[in-house]
Amino acid sequence: MKVLVAIKRVIDYNVKVRVKADNSDVDLTNVKMAVNPFCEIAIEEAVRLKESGQATEVVAVAVGPSQCQEQLRTALALGADRAILVETEGFPQPLSVAKLLKGVYDQEQPGLVIFGKQSIDADNNQTGQMFAALAGLGQGTFASKVEIAGDTVNVTREVDGGLQTVALKAPAVVTTDLRLNEPRYASLPNIMKAKKKPLDTLTPEALGVEVKATIETLRVEPPAERQGGIKVDSVEALVDKLKNEAKVI
Amino acid sequence: MSILLVAEHNDAALNPVTLNVLAAAQAIGGDITVLVAGEGCGAAAEAAAALPGVSKVLCADAAVYGKQLAENVAPLIAEAAAGHSHVLSAHSTNGKNTMPRVAALLDVNMVSDIISVESEDTFKRPFYAGNAIATVKSSDAVKVVTVRHTAFDATPATGGSAAVEALASAHDAGVSSFVNEEIVKLDRPELTAARVVVSGGRGMGSGENFKILEGVADKLNAAMGASRAAVDAGFVPNDMQVGQTGKIVAPELYIAVGISGAIQHLAGMKDSKVIVAINKDEDAPIFQVADYGLVADLFQAVPELEAQI
Ligand SMILES: Cc1cc2nc3c(=O)[nH]c(=O)nc-3n(C[C@H](O)[C@H](O)[C@H](O)COP(=O)(O)OP(=O)(O)OC[C@H]3O[C@@H](n4cnc5c(N)ncnc54)[C@H](O)[C@@H]3O)c2cc1C
Repeated sequence: MKVLVAIKRVIDYNVKVRVKADNSDVDLTNVKMAVNPFCEIAIEEAVRLKESGQATEVVAVAVGPSQCQEQLRTALALGADRAILVETEGFPQPLSVAKLLKGVYDQEQPGLVIFGKQSIDADNNQTGQMFAALAGLGQGTFASKVEIAGDTVNVTREVDGGLQTVALKAPAVVTTDLRLNEPRYASLPNIMKAKKKPLDTLTPEALGVEVKATIETLRVEPPAERQGGIKVDSVEALVDKLKNEAKVI
Repeated sequence: MSILLVAEHNDAALNPVTLNVLAAAQAIGGDITVLVAGEGCGAAAEAAAALPGVSKVLCADAAVYGKQLAENVAPLIAEAAAGHSHVLSAHSTNGKNTMPRVAALLDVNMVSDIISVESEDTFKRPFYAGNAIATVKSSDAVKVVTVRHTAFDATPATGGSAAVEALASAHDAGVSSFVNEEIVKLDRPELTAARVVVSGGRGMGSGENFKILEGVADKLNAAMGASRAAVDAGFVPNDMQVGQTGKIVAPELYIAVGISGAIQHLAGMKDSKVIVAINKDEDAPIFQVADYGLVADLFQAVPELEAQI
Protein backbone atom coordinates (compact mmCIF):
# COMPACT_ATOMS: atom_id res chain seq x y z
CA MET A 1 0.00 0.00 0.00
CA LYS A 2 1.09 3.52 -0.77
CA VAL A 3 1.20 5.97 2.15
CA LEU A 4 0.71 9.70 1.71
CA VAL A 5 2.08 11.89 4.50
CA ALA A 6 1.00 15.52 4.77
CA ILE A 7 3.56 17.78 6.42
CA LYS A 8 3.67 21.44 7.39
CA ARG A 9 6.50 23.94 7.67
CA VAL A 10 6.23 25.74 11.02
CA ILE A 11 8.31 27.69 13.50
CA ASP A 12 10.77 25.46 15.36
CA TYR A 13 9.15 24.39 18.62
CA ASN A 14 12.04 25.70 20.72
CA VAL A 15 11.60 29.26 19.48
CA LYS A 16 9.59 31.63 21.65
CA VAL A 17 7.44 33.69 19.31
CA ARG A 18 6.98 37.42 19.64
CA VAL A 19 4.09 39.52 18.51
CA LYS A 20 4.88 42.29 16.01
CA ALA A 21 4.76 45.83 17.36
CA ASP A 22 1.87 46.73 15.04
CA ASN A 23 -0.18 43.76 16.35
CA SER A 24 -0.73 42.43 12.84
CA ASP A 25 0.78 38.99 13.43
CA VAL A 26 3.64 37.17 15.12
CA ASP A 27 7.12 38.06 13.91
CA LEU A 28 8.66 35.25 11.88
CA THR A 29 11.55 37.17 10.31
CA ASN A 30 14.80 35.22 10.65
CA VAL A 31 13.13 32.65 12.84
CA LYS A 32 14.21 29.01 12.59
CA MET A 33 11.62 26.91 10.74
CA ALA A 34 11.17 23.14 10.92
CA VAL A 35 8.84 20.26 10.16
CA ASN A 36 5.86 20.44 12.54
CA PRO A 37 6.69 17.92 15.35
CA PHE A 38 3.46 15.96 14.83
CA CYS A 39 4.21 15.72 11.11
CA GLU A 40 7.65 14.29 11.93
CA ILE A 41 5.84 11.57 13.85
CA ALA A 42 3.65 11.03 10.77
CA ILE A 43 6.70 10.62 8.53
CA GLU A 44 8.28 8.22 11.01
CA GLU A 45 5.15 6.08 11.14
CA ALA A 46 4.99 5.88 7.35
CA VAL A 47 8.66 5.00 7.05
CA ARG A 48 8.30 2.27 9.69
CA LEU A 49 5.36 0.82 7.74
CA LYS A 50 7.60 0.67 4.70
CA GLU A 51 10.48 -0.85 6.63
CA SER A 52 8.21 -3.57 7.99
CA GLY A 53 7.01 -4.36 4.47
CA GLN A 54 3.46 -3.09 4.98
CA ALA A 55 3.85 -0.01 2.82
CA THR A 56 5.28 0.00 -0.67
CA GLU A 57 5.93 3.69 -1.14
CA VAL A 58 5.94 6.80 1.07
CA VAL A 59 4.99 10.10 -0.57
CA ALA A 60 5.37 13.33 1.42
CA VAL A 61 3.20 16.30 0.46
CA ALA A 62 3.24 19.88 1.69
CA VAL A 63 1.02 22.83 0.89
CA GLY A 64 2.58 26.27 1.09
CA PRO A 65 5.23 28.57 -0.36
CA SER A 66 8.36 27.34 -2.14
CA GLN A 67 10.38 27.34 1.12
CA CYS A 68 8.41 24.24 2.14
CA GLN A 69 10.81 22.34 -0.13
CA GLU A 70 13.24 22.39 2.81
CA GLN A 71 10.81 20.44 4.98
CA LEU A 72 10.00 18.08 2.11
CA ARG A 73 13.75 17.41 1.74
CA THR A 74 13.80 16.60 5.45
CA ALA A 75 10.97 14.13 4.90
CA LEU A 76 12.95 12.57 2.04
CA ALA A 77 16.04 12.35 4.27
CA LEU A 78 13.94 10.60 6.89
CA GLY A 79 12.90 7.95 4.38
CA ALA A 80 10.09 9.21 2.16
CA ASP A 81 10.53 8.07 -1.45
CA ARG A 82 9.32 11.18 -3.19
CA ALA A 83 7.71 14.49 -2.43
CA ILE A 84 5.09 16.84 -3.79
CA LEU A 85 4.79 20.53 -3.09
CA VAL A 86 1.46 22.16 -3.78
CA GLU A 87 2.80 25.65 -4.14
CA THR A 88 0.68 28.50 -2.85
CA GLU A 89 1.22 32.07 -1.75
CA GLY A 90 1.60 31.84 1.99
CA PHE A 91 -0.23 29.12 3.90
CA PRO A 92 -3.88 28.60 2.91
CA GLN A 93 -6.54 28.06 5.59
CA PRO A 94 -7.37 24.48 6.61
CA LEU A 95 -10.38 23.94 4.32
CA SER A 96 -8.35 24.93 1.27
CA VAL A 97 -5.42 22.79 2.39
CA ALA A 98 -7.80 19.86 2.80
CA LYS A 99 -9.21 20.43 -0.71
CA LEU A 100 -5.72 20.65 -2.24
CA LEU A 101 -4.70 17.44 -0.47
CA LYS A 102 -7.88 15.78 -1.70
CA GLY A 103 -6.70 16.68 -5.22
CA VAL A 104 -3.34 15.03 -4.56
CA TYR A 105 -5.09 12.03 -2.99
CA ASP A 106 -7.21 11.53 -6.11
CA GLN A 107 -4.07 11.48 -8.25
CA GLU A 108 -2.00 9.27 -5.96
CA GLN A 109 -4.67 6.83 -4.68
CA PRO A 110 -2.84 5.90 -1.45
CA GLY A 111 -4.15 3.29 1.01
CA LEU A 112 -3.34 5.41 4.04
CA VAL A 113 -2.98 9.16 4.59
CA ILE A 114 -1.14 10.29 7.73
CA PHE A 115 -1.29 13.80 9.18
CA GLY A 116 0.02 15.43 12.36
CA LYS A 117 -2.90 16.06 14.72
CA GLN A 118 -2.21 19.78 14.88
CA SER A 119 0.38 22.27 13.76
CA ILE A 120 2.14 24.05 16.58
CA ASP A 121 1.72 27.46 14.93
CA ALA A 122 -2.03 27.71 14.25
CA ASP A 123 -2.96 25.03 16.85
CA ASN A 124 -6.13 24.34 14.86
CA ASN A 125 -6.35 20.54 14.86
CA GLN A 126 -8.58 20.52 11.75
CA THR A 127 -6.91 19.60 8.47
CA GLY A 128 -6.80 15.79 8.74
CA GLN A 129 -10.46 15.58 9.75
CA MET A 130 -11.53 18.02 7.02
CA PHE A 131 -9.62 16.00 4.46
CA ALA A 132 -11.19 12.76 5.70
CA ALA A 133 -14.66 14.28 5.31
CA LEU A 134 -13.96 15.50 1.76
CA ALA A 135 -12.53 12.12 0.76
CA GLY A 136 -15.29 10.21 2.57
CA LEU A 137 -12.75 8.23 4.59
CA GLY A 138 -12.67 6.94 8.14
CA GLN A 139 -10.37 8.76 10.53
CA GLY A 140 -8.25 7.68 13.46
CA THR A 141 -7.33 10.96 15.11
CA PHE A 142 -4.80 11.49 17.94
CA ALA A 143 -3.31 8.07 17.27
CA SER A 144 -0.95 6.40 19.70
CA LYS A 145 -0.94 3.07 17.84
CA VAL A 146 -1.64 2.05 14.23
CA GLU A 147 -1.98 -1.56 13.10
CA ILE A 148 -2.78 -2.68 9.59
CA ALA A 149 -4.59 -5.99 9.13
CA GLY A 150 -5.52 -6.57 5.49
CA ASP A 151 -8.05 -3.93 4.51
CA THR A 152 -8.54 -2.75 8.07
CA VAL A 153 -6.56 -0.09 9.88
CA ASN A 154 -6.86 -0.36 13.67
CA VAL A 155 -6.09 2.89 15.39
CA THR A 156 -5.75 3.44 19.14
CA ARG A 157 -6.66 7.03 19.94
CA GLU A 158 -5.78 9.24 22.89
CA VAL A 159 -9.16 10.56 24.06
CA ASP A 160 -10.19 12.60 27.09
CA GLY A 161 -11.04 9.63 29.29
CA GLY A 162 -8.16 7.38 28.23
CA LEU A 163 -7.71 5.30 25.07
CA GLN A 164 -10.15 4.24 22.37
CA THR A 165 -9.54 1.81 19.52
CA VAL A 166 -11.42 2.08 16.23
CA ALA A 167 -11.30 -0.09 13.13
CA LEU A 168 -11.20 1.81 9.83
CA LYS A 169 -11.74 0.55 6.33
CA ALA A 170 -8.74 1.31 4.10
CA PRO A 171 -8.07 3.76 2.57
CA ALA A 172 -8.14 5.66 5.84
CA VAL A 173 -6.81 8.76 7.57
CA VAL A 174 -4.63 8.81 10.67
CA THR A 175 -3.60 11.89 12.66
CA THR A 176 -0.68 11.39 15.01
CA ASP A 177 -0.38 12.07 18.69
CA LEU A 178 2.90 12.41 20.56
CA ARG A 179 3.23 8.84 21.74
CA LEU A 180 2.79 7.09 18.39
CA ASN A 181 6.55 6.81 17.93
CA GLU A 182 9.82 8.61 18.48
CA PRO A 183 11.05 10.09 15.20
CA ARG A 184 14.61 9.33 14.12
CA TYR A 185 17.18 11.90 13.12
CA ALA A 186 18.25 12.17 9.50
CA SER A 187 21.77 10.85 8.93
CA LEU A 188 24.21 12.81 6.79
CA PRO A 189 24.31 10.20 3.98
CA ASN A 190 20.51 10.19 3.92
CA ILE A 191 20.43 13.98 3.74
CA MET A 192 22.76 13.76 0.72
CA LYS A 193 20.64 11.04 -0.88
CA ALA A 194 17.48 13.07 -0.31
CA LYS A 195 18.80 15.78 -2.63
CA LYS A 196 18.46 13.38 -5.54
CA LYS A 197 14.99 12.08 -4.72
CA PRO A 198 12.12 13.43 -6.86
CA LEU A 199 10.27 16.52 -5.65
CA ASP A 200 7.41 17.61 -7.91
CA THR A 201 5.52 20.86 -7.76
CA LEU A 202 1.81 21.26 -8.38
CA THR A 203 -0.39 24.32 -8.45
CA PRO A 204 -3.91 24.81 -7.07
CA GLU A 205 -5.03 25.48 -10.66
CA ALA A 206 -3.72 22.11 -11.81
CA LEU A 207 -5.70 20.48 -9.00
CA GLY A 208 -8.78 22.55 -9.84
CA VAL A 209 -9.02 24.06 -6.37
CA GLU A 210 -9.80 27.68 -5.63
CA VAL A 211 -7.86 28.80 -2.56
CA LYS A 212 -10.14 30.89 -0.38
CA ALA A 213 -9.64 32.61 2.98
CA THR A 214 -12.76 33.10 5.05
CA ILE A 215 -11.16 33.78 8.41
CA GLU A 216 -9.56 37.18 8.77
CA THR A 217 -7.09 37.93 11.56
CA LEU A 218 -7.94 41.38 12.87
CA ARG A 219 -5.34 41.61 15.61
CA VAL A 220 -2.65 39.60 17.35
CA GLU A 221 -1.56 40.37 20.88
CA PRO A 222 0.61 38.79 23.52
CA PRO A 223 -1.24 36.93 26.28
CA ALA A 224 -1.76 38.67 29.59
CA GLU A 225 1.49 38.30 31.52
CA ARG A 226 1.26 36.65 34.90
CA GLN A 227 2.54 38.76 37.74
CA GLY A 228 5.77 37.22 38.99
CA GLY A 229 5.21 35.57 42.33
CA ILE A 230 7.39 35.01 45.34
CA LYS A 231 9.54 32.22 46.68
CA VAL A 232 8.68 30.81 50.08
CA ASP A 233 11.37 29.20 52.20
CA SER A 234 9.47 26.33 53.76
CA VAL A 235 6.42 24.13 53.40
CA GLU A 236 5.07 25.83 56.48
CA ALA A 237 5.31 29.26 54.84
CA LEU A 238 3.69 27.86 51.69
CA VAL A 239 0.72 26.45 53.59
CA ASP A 240 0.35 29.74 55.46
CA LYS A 241 0.25 31.72 52.20
CA LEU A 242 -2.26 29.35 50.61
CA LYS A 243 -4.53 29.52 53.65
CA ASN A 244 -4.28 33.14 54.63
CA GLU A 245 -3.18 35.12 51.58
CA ALA A 246 -4.53 33.27 48.54
CA LYS A 247 -7.30 31.62 50.57
CA VAL A 248 -7.47 28.63 48.22
CA ILE A 249 -7.16 25.84 50.78
CA MET B 1 -28.96 34.29 15.31
CA SER B 2 -29.62 30.67 15.90
CA ILE B 3 -27.09 28.42 17.54
CA LEU B 4 -26.81 24.66 17.33
CA LEU B 5 -24.91 23.47 20.40
CA VAL B 6 -23.50 19.96 20.16
CA ALA B 7 -23.63 18.49 23.66
CA GLU B 8 -20.65 16.73 25.22
CA HIS B 9 -22.00 13.63 26.97
CA ASN B 10 -21.57 9.90 27.56
CA ASP B 11 -25.23 8.97 26.89
CA ALA B 12 -26.02 8.73 30.61
CA ALA B 13 -25.16 12.31 31.53
CA LEU B 14 -24.01 15.63 30.17
CA ASN B 15 -20.35 16.41 30.62
CA PRO B 16 -20.12 19.63 32.68
CA VAL B 17 -18.12 21.35 29.91
CA THR B 18 -21.44 21.60 28.06
CA LEU B 19 -22.34 24.34 30.57
CA ASN B 20 -19.27 26.35 29.59
CA VAL B 21 -20.11 25.96 25.90
CA LEU B 22 -23.64 27.11 26.70
CA ALA B 23 -22.16 30.23 28.32
CA ALA B 24 -20.27 30.93 25.08
CA ALA B 25 -23.49 30.42 23.11
CA GLN B 26 -25.27 32.89 25.39
CA ALA B 27 -22.44 35.38 24.83
CA ILE B 28 -23.11 35.14 21.09
CA GLY B 29 -26.83 35.49 21.75
CA GLY B 30 -29.90 34.25 19.92
CA ASP B 31 -31.93 31.08 19.91
CA ILE B 32 -30.14 27.97 21.24
CA THR B 33 -30.87 24.39 20.15
CA VAL B 34 -28.93 21.54 21.75
CA LEU B 35 -28.14 18.39 19.78
CA VAL B 36 -27.54 15.15 21.68
CA ALA B 37 -26.37 12.28 19.49
CA GLY B 38 -25.58 8.86 20.87
CA GLU B 39 -26.91 5.43 21.62
CA GLY B 40 -29.27 5.25 24.57
CA CYS B 41 -28.72 8.96 25.16
CA GLY B 42 -32.23 9.77 26.44
CA ALA B 43 -30.96 10.69 29.92
CA ALA B 44 -28.41 13.12 28.49
CA ALA B 45 -31.14 14.66 26.30
CA GLU B 46 -33.38 15.11 29.37
CA ALA B 47 -30.51 16.84 31.18
CA ALA B 48 -30.01 19.09 28.14
CA ALA B 49 -33.71 20.01 28.19
CA ALA B 50 -33.26 21.37 31.72
CA LEU B 51 -30.45 23.74 30.71
CA PRO B 52 -31.38 27.39 31.10
CA GLY B 53 -32.13 29.38 27.96
CA VAL B 54 -32.35 26.41 25.60
CA SER B 55 -35.35 26.47 23.30
CA LYS B 56 -35.19 22.95 21.89
CA VAL B 57 -33.28 19.69 22.26
CA LEU B 58 -32.72 17.41 19.28
CA CYS B 59 -32.08 13.83 20.30
CA ALA B 60 -30.57 11.44 17.76
CA ASP B 61 -30.60 8.11 19.55
CA ALA B 62 -29.42 5.29 17.29
CA ALA B 63 -26.93 2.44 17.28
CA VAL B 64 -24.93 4.13 14.51
CA TYR B 65 -24.21 7.03 16.87
CA GLY B 66 -22.88 4.76 19.61
CA LYS B 67 -19.48 6.02 20.81
CA GLN B 68 -20.17 9.10 18.67
CA LEU B 69 -17.96 8.05 15.76
CA ALA B 70 -17.14 11.22 13.79
CA GLU B 71 -17.82 9.58 10.41
CA ASN B 72 -21.47 8.98 11.37
CA VAL B 73 -22.16 11.92 13.67
CA ALA B 74 -20.67 14.65 11.43
CA PRO B 75 -23.25 14.27 8.62
CA LEU B 76 -26.01 14.34 11.25
CA ILE B 77 -24.67 17.59 12.73
CA ALA B 78 -24.18 19.09 9.27
CA GLU B 79 -27.78 18.23 8.41
CA ALA B 80 -29.08 19.65 11.70
CA ALA B 81 -27.03 22.82 11.10
CA ALA B 82 -29.39 23.90 8.31
CA GLY B 83 -30.95 27.21 9.26
CA HIS B 84 -28.47 27.86 12.07
CA SER B 85 -25.89 30.64 12.08
CA HIS B 86 -23.47 28.86 14.45
CA VAL B 87 -22.52 25.33 15.42
CA LEU B 88 -20.71 25.15 18.76
CA SER B 89 -19.07 22.39 20.75
CA ALA B 90 -16.39 21.98 23.40
CA HIS B 91 -12.76 21.87 22.29
CA SER B 92 -12.59 18.37 23.77
CA THR B 93 -11.14 15.34 21.99
CA ASN B 94 -14.69 14.66 20.84
CA GLY B 95 -15.22 18.19 19.53
CA LYS B 96 -11.81 18.25 17.88
CA ASN B 97 -12.51 14.91 16.24
CA THR B 98 -15.94 15.74 14.86
CA MET B 99 -16.30 19.47 14.24
CA PRO B 100 -13.69 19.88 11.46
CA ARG B 101 -15.53 17.11 9.64
CA VAL B 102 -18.77 19.02 10.08
CA ALA B 103 -17.13 22.21 8.79
CA ALA B 104 -15.81 20.44 5.68
CA LEU B 105 -19.25 18.95 4.96
CA LEU B 106 -20.69 22.48 5.22
CA ASP B 107 -17.84 23.81 3.02
CA VAL B 108 -16.73 26.33 5.63
CA ASN B 109 -13.62 26.98 7.70
CA MET B 110 -13.73 26.53 11.43
CA VAL B 111 -12.64 28.57 14.44
CA SER B 112 -10.96 26.33 17.03
CA ASP B 113 -10.59 26.83 20.75
CA ILE B 114 -12.12 30.29 21.30
CA ILE B 115 -11.50 32.07 24.60
CA SER B 116 -13.83 35.02 24.05
CA VAL B 117 -16.77 36.15 21.96
CA GLU B 118 -16.21 39.68 20.62
CA SER B 119 -19.30 39.68 18.42
CA GLU B 120 -21.38 37.18 16.50
CA ASP B 121 -18.60 36.65 13.94
CA THR B 122 -15.47 37.69 15.84
CA PHE B 123 -13.66 35.62 18.45
CA LYS B 124 -10.36 35.50 20.30
CA ARG B 125 -8.30 32.36 20.26
CA PRO B 126 -4.81 31.44 21.44
CA PHE B 127 -2.25 30.08 18.98
CA TYR B 128 1.49 29.35 19.07
CA ALA B 129 0.96 27.38 22.31
CA GLY B 130 -0.81 30.34 23.87
CA ASN B 131 2.11 32.70 23.26
CA ALA B 132 -0.12 34.90 21.11
CA ILE B 133 -3.84 35.63 21.05
CA ALA B 134 -5.53 36.28 17.71
CA THR B 135 -8.78 38.14 17.18
CA VAL B 136 -10.36 36.45 14.16
CA LYS B 137 -13.42 37.24 12.11
CA SER B 138 -15.23 34.58 10.14
CA SER B 139 -17.12 35.46 6.96
CA ASP B 140 -18.49 31.93 6.55
CA ALA B 141 -22.25 31.50 6.28
CA VAL B 142 -22.21 29.11 9.24
CA LYS B 143 -19.69 29.64 12.01
CA VAL B 144 -18.36 26.31 13.21
CA VAL B 145 -16.64 26.94 16.53
CA THR B 146 -15.07 24.94 19.36
CA VAL B 147 -14.91 26.53 22.79
CA ARG B 148 -12.12 26.43 25.38
CA HIS B 149 -14.28 25.61 28.37
CA THR B 150 -11.98 27.14 30.97
CA ALA B 151 -12.49 30.58 29.40
CA PHE B 152 -16.25 30.70 30.03
CA ASP B 153 -17.98 30.46 33.43
CA ALA B 154 -20.42 27.57 33.50
CA THR B 155 -24.14 28.35 33.40
CA PRO B 156 -26.42 26.65 35.94
CA ALA B 157 -27.41 23.11 34.95
CA THR B 158 -31.12 23.65 35.51
CA GLY B 159 -33.82 26.25 35.09
CA GLY B 160 -35.03 25.48 31.60
CA SER B 161 -37.69 23.16 30.27
CA ALA B 162 -37.15 22.69 26.55
CA ALA B 163 -39.01 20.14 24.47
CA VAL B 164 -37.04 17.10 23.30
CA GLU B 165 -37.53 16.25 19.64
CA ALA B 166 -36.33 12.90 18.29
CA LEU B 167 -34.25 12.97 15.12
CA ALA B 168 -34.91 9.91 13.03
CA SER B 169 -32.12 10.12 10.46
CA ALA B 170 -29.42 7.50 10.91
CA HIS B 171 -26.22 8.12 8.98
CA ASP B 172 -23.93 5.17 8.67
CA ALA B 173 -20.82 6.03 6.68
CA GLY B 174 -19.78 2.38 6.92
CA VAL B 175 -16.08 3.21 7.11
CA SER B 176 -15.38 2.95 10.83
CA SER B 177 -16.37 0.95 13.85
CA PHE B 178 -15.68 1.00 17.56
CA VAL B 179 -13.43 -1.79 18.85
CA ASN B 180 -12.81 -1.08 22.51
CA GLU B 181 -11.77 1.52 25.04
CA GLU B 182 -9.77 1.78 28.20
CA ILE B 183 -11.36 4.54 30.19
CA VAL B 184 -9.42 5.42 33.29
CA LYS B 185 -11.72 5.30 36.30
CA LEU B 186 -10.74 7.60 39.09
CA ASP B 187 -12.31 8.43 42.41
CA ARG B 188 -11.28 12.01 41.91
CA PRO B 189 -12.75 15.08 40.29
CA GLU B 190 -12.23 15.27 36.56
CA LEU B 191 -9.03 17.05 35.58
CA THR B 192 -10.66 19.74 33.46
CA ALA B 193 -13.34 20.52 36.03
CA ALA B 194 -11.46 20.27 39.33
CA ARG B 195 -11.04 23.21 41.71
CA VAL B 196 -7.54 22.02 42.59
CA VAL B 197 -5.05 20.17 40.37
CA VAL B 198 -1.88 18.48 41.60
CA SER B 199 0.50 17.66 38.74
CA GLY B 200 3.74 15.70 38.66
CA GLY B 201 6.55 15.78 36.12
CA ARG B 202 9.64 13.85 35.22
CA GLY B 203 11.04 14.82 38.61
CA MET B 204 8.67 12.30 40.20
CA GLY B 205 11.04 9.62 38.94
CA SER B 206 8.50 6.79 38.66
CA GLY B 207 4.81 5.95 38.56
CA GLU B 208 5.14 4.47 42.04
CA ASN B 209 6.30 7.84 43.37
CA PHE B 210 3.09 9.50 42.16
CA LYS B 211 1.55 7.92 45.29
CA ILE B 212 3.03 10.69 47.41
CA LEU B 213 1.12 13.22 45.28
CA GLU B 214 -2.08 11.25 45.79
CA GLY B 215 -1.89 11.96 49.50
CA VAL B 216 -1.93 15.70 48.84
CA ALA B 217 -4.60 15.35 46.15
CA ASP B 218 -6.82 13.35 48.53
CA LYS B 219 -6.64 16.02 51.19
CA LEU B 220 -7.46 18.81 48.76
CA ASN B 221 -10.06 16.83 46.79
CA ALA B 222 -7.89 17.55 43.78
CA ALA B 223 -7.58 16.05 40.33
CA MET B 224 -4.18 14.75 39.27
CA GLY B 225 -2.29 15.90 36.20
CA ALA B 226 1.10 15.37 34.66
CA SER B 227 3.62 16.75 32.20
CA ARG B 228 4.21 15.11 28.87
CA ALA B 229 7.56 13.81 30.09
CA ALA B 230 5.83 11.95 32.94
CA VAL B 231 3.31 10.43 30.52
CA ASP B 232 5.95 9.54 27.91
CA ALA B 233 8.01 7.83 30.59
CA GLY B 234 4.99 5.66 31.37
CA PHE B 235 4.60 6.95 34.95
CA VAL B 236 0.91 7.79 34.42
CA PRO B 237 -1.77 7.43 31.69
CA ASN B 238 -2.08 9.81 28.73
CA ASP B 239 -5.35 11.38 29.85
CA MET B 240 -3.45 13.10 32.67
CA GLN B 241 -1.31 15.21 30.33
CA VAL B 242 -1.71 18.94 30.77
CA GLY B 243 -0.48 21.26 28.05
CA GLN B 244 -0.61 22.55 24.50
CA THR B 245 -1.41 19.11 23.22
CA GLY B 246 -2.96 17.66 26.32
CA LYS B 247 -5.67 19.08 28.51
CA ILE B 248 -6.23 22.73 29.25
CA VAL B 249 -6.96 23.41 32.89
CA ALA B 250 -7.60 26.59 34.88
CA PRO B 251 -8.31 25.56 38.46
CA GLU B 252 -8.24 27.84 41.46
CA LEU B 253 -5.07 26.12 42.61
CA TYR B 254 -2.50 24.32 40.44
CA ILE B 255 0.39 22.62 42.19
CA ALA B 256 3.26 21.68 39.85
CA VAL B 257 5.70 19.21 41.36
CA GLY B 258 8.94 18.27 39.61
CA ILE B 259 7.83 20.05 36.44
CA SER B 260 10.31 22.39 34.74
CA GLY B 261 7.73 24.63 33.05
CA ALA B 262 8.27 24.18 29.29
CA ILE B 263 6.09 26.51 27.19
CA GLN B 264 4.05 23.55 26.00
CA HIS B 265 3.18 22.69 29.59
CA LEU B 266 2.51 26.31 30.57
CA ALA B 267 0.07 26.57 27.64
CA GLY B 268 -2.20 24.17 29.49
CA MET B 269 -2.18 25.66 32.99
CA LYS B 270 -1.05 29.25 33.09
CA ASP B 271 -4.60 30.58 33.39
CA SER B 272 -4.92 28.88 36.79
CA LYS B 273 -5.80 31.33 39.52
CA VAL B 274 -3.00 30.41 41.92
CA ILE B 275 0.06 28.43 40.83
CA VAL B 276 2.41 26.67 43.24
CA ALA B 277 5.68 25.17 42.04
CA ILE B 278 7.88 22.76 43.93
CA ASN B 279 11.16 22.17 42.18
CA LYS B 280 14.73 21.65 43.34
CA ASP B 281 16.16 23.81 40.57
CA GLU B 282 15.76 27.46 41.54
CA ASP B 283 16.14 28.52 37.90
CA ALA B 284 13.35 26.30 36.59
CA PRO B 285 11.08 28.38 34.29
CA ILE B 286 8.00 27.21 36.20
CA PHE B 287 8.96 29.72 38.92
CA GLN B 288 8.35 32.57 36.45
CA VAL B 289 4.63 31.82 36.44
CA ALA B 290 4.29 30.53 40.00
CA ASP B 291 2.63 32.70 42.62
CA TYR B 292 4.35 30.67 45.30
CA GLY B 293 7.57 28.85 44.54
CA LEU B 294 9.30 26.44 46.86
CA VAL B 295 12.86 25.41 45.98
CA ALA B 296 13.08 22.00 47.58
CA ASP B 297 13.47 18.30 47.02
CA LEU B 298 9.96 17.08 46.29
CA PHE B 299 10.47 13.82 48.17
CA GLN B 300 10.89 15.86 51.31
CA ALA B 301 8.48 18.71 50.60
CA VAL B 302 5.46 16.74 49.37
CA PRO B 303 5.04 14.52 52.48
CA GLU B 304 5.49 17.62 54.66
CA LEU B 305 2.82 19.40 52.63
CA GLU B 306 0.45 16.48 53.05
CA ALA B 307 1.00 16.54 56.79
CA GLN B 308 0.37 20.27 57.11
CA ILE B 309 -2.80 20.76 55.07
C1 LIG C 1 4.98 19.32 19.88
C2 LIG C 1 5.19 19.24 21.35
C3 LIG C 1 4.08 19.23 22.18
C4 LIG C 1 4.24 19.14 23.57
N1 LIG C 1 3.13 19.14 24.35
C5 LIG C 1 3.28 19.09 25.69
C6 LIG C 1 2.14 19.11 26.56
O1 LIG C 1 0.99 19.17 26.12
N2 LIG C 1 2.36 19.07 27.89
C7 LIG C 1 3.62 19.00 28.45
O2 LIG C 1 3.75 18.97 29.68
N3 LIG C 1 4.69 18.97 27.65
C8 LIG C 1 4.56 19.00 26.29
N4 LIG C 1 5.68 18.93 25.51
C9 LIG C 1 6.98 18.62 26.15
C10 LIG C 1 7.67 19.81 26.78
O3 LIG C 1 8.44 20.48 25.81
C11 LIG C 1 8.61 19.33 27.91
O4 LIG C 1 9.52 18.41 27.38
C12 LIG C 1 7.89 18.67 29.09
O5 LIG C 1 6.83 19.49 29.51
C13 LIG C 1 8.86 18.47 30.22
O6 LIG C 1 8.26 17.79 31.29
P1 LIG C 1 8.81 17.92 32.77
O7 LIG C 1 8.77 19.34 33.17
O8 LIG C 1 8.11 16.93 33.61
O9 LIG C 1 10.29 17.37 32.62
P2 LIG C 1 11.67 18.13 32.73
O10 LIG C 1 11.76 19.28 31.82
O11 LIG C 1 12.71 17.07 32.62
O12 LIG C 1 11.66 18.72 34.20
C14 LIG C 1 11.75 17.95 35.36
C15 LIG C 1 11.88 18.92 36.52
O13 LIG C 1 11.84 18.20 37.73
C16 LIG C 1 12.75 18.80 38.63
N5 LIG C 1 13.14 17.78 39.60
C17 LIG C 1 13.79 16.61 39.37
N6 LIG C 1 13.94 15.92 40.52
C18 LIG C 1 13.38 16.65 41.50
C19 LIG C 1 13.23 16.49 42.91
N7 LIG C 1 13.68 15.38 43.54
N8 LIG C 1 12.61 17.45 43.62
C20 LIG C 1 12.15 18.58 43.01
N9 LIG C 1 12.26 18.79 41.67
C21 LIG C 1 12.87 17.84 40.93
C22 LIG C 1 13.89 19.28 37.78
O14 LIG C 1 14.59 20.34 38.41
C23 LIG C 1 13.17 19.72 36.51
O15 LIG C 1 12.86 21.10 36.56
C24 LIG C 1 5.54 19.04 24.13
C25 LIG C 1 6.65 19.06 23.29
C26 LIG C 1 6.49 19.15 21.92
C27 LIG C 1 7.69 19.17 21.05
